[in-house]
Amino acid sequence: MAEIVAVVTTKKEMVRGGVPIFFEENREQVEETAFLLEKILDASVHDLKDGTLILVNHHPK
Amino acid sequence: MSTFLLNNKYTIGIIMGVLFGLLARLSMLRTDYRQYPTHPHGKIIHLSLGIIAAALGAVAVPALLKKDYTAVTFLTVAAQQFRDVRNMERDTLTKIDGMELVQRGATYIEGIAMVFEGRNYLVIMSSFVTSFTAITLNWYLGLAAGALSLLVVHRLRTGKSISHIAEVELAPVRQEGADLYVGDIYIMNVGLKSNQEIISERGIGLIIKPNNPNSKATLSNLGQRQAILYDLSTILGVYRDDGEPALIPMAKLDMRDSRLGVFILPQEKDPAKAVEIALRVPILESAVRMPTEAKVNEEGN
Repeated sequence: MAEIVAVVTTKKEMVRGGVPIFFEENREQVEETAFLLEKILDASVHDLKDGTLILVNHHPK
Repeated sequence: MSTFLLNNKYTIGIIMGVLFGLLARLSMLRTDYRQYPTHPHGKIIHLSLGIIAAALGAVAVPALLKKDYTAVTFLTVAAQQFRDVRNMERDTLTKIDGMELVQRGATYIEGIAMVFEGRNYLVIMSSFVTSFTAITLNWYLGLAAGALSLLVVHRLRTGKSISHIAEVELAPVRQEGADLYVGDIYIMNVGLKSNQEIISERGIGLIIKPNNPNSKATLSNLGQRQAILYDLSTILGVYRDDGEPALIPMAKLDMRDSRLGVFILPQEKDPAKAVEIALRVPILESAVRMPTEAKVNEEGN
């Protein structure tokens, strides 16, 4: 099963839980951080369409 | 001349058997776009094994004719040997597969390994038939039988391809926000704008329409889908790298009618060629299902 490895969002009040969460000011910054994290973590970025992007590892060992 | 032929019947039969066996192996040993078996050492390995197989098939005949029936048991050693060939190929390919940008998948690998084992048995058959005919009848009939066996081997060599079971057509790659579609089939969610741009610039979409219930079952097999992606990516190249998990070719099923949506990111954006390649993807033996052959369905009709 795929695994959420990080969350990047603008909505502080909507996200909490057991994975690293990155809060950003606006959509552009969310994109930028998600882009960096994708390259660093080798995990794909998916859009939850509410201002939140999640990074998902589709092949956890 | 004729006395020489009569005196050396066995030797001539065996030599002819080995030669035709070797010819059979050579005709089945093609290194195509997949570059497998690798050149030159992979080929040398399989030629050598082919010679061994041919020799086994050829010497089985004199053993049988001399009523040395127990000698046939050494054919079981041969069977064991060629099962090992299959294991060897499977292990190697599985290891190599981890280093591919687009993987072959287990079903494709199993298919290739099976072919390697099967072809050695075909070699044994070919050399057995040749040497049997050459020894029991005469050498020129042996030649004819050998040629015939090569034809049979050639027939058995070629499998079917997607074009036999389905139609392939181009479909637009559509993005609605983060959602990626090929035609009307949902493929995946792409979160980053930069990846969405690459996809709209580079992506090609195909829809594969199965012709009947049997081909539906075959196409929905995950291994068969991976084989389609692998062949497309090998021939057209792939716009992808390690550490770019979002740029991944993918095939998804429309569960309502079992059409397969294929999304690829080729280096060479040539949609017409992509259709042609998809049509020529081999059907993997292990992916074939025949639900229409089931008793329930036959009685229903």
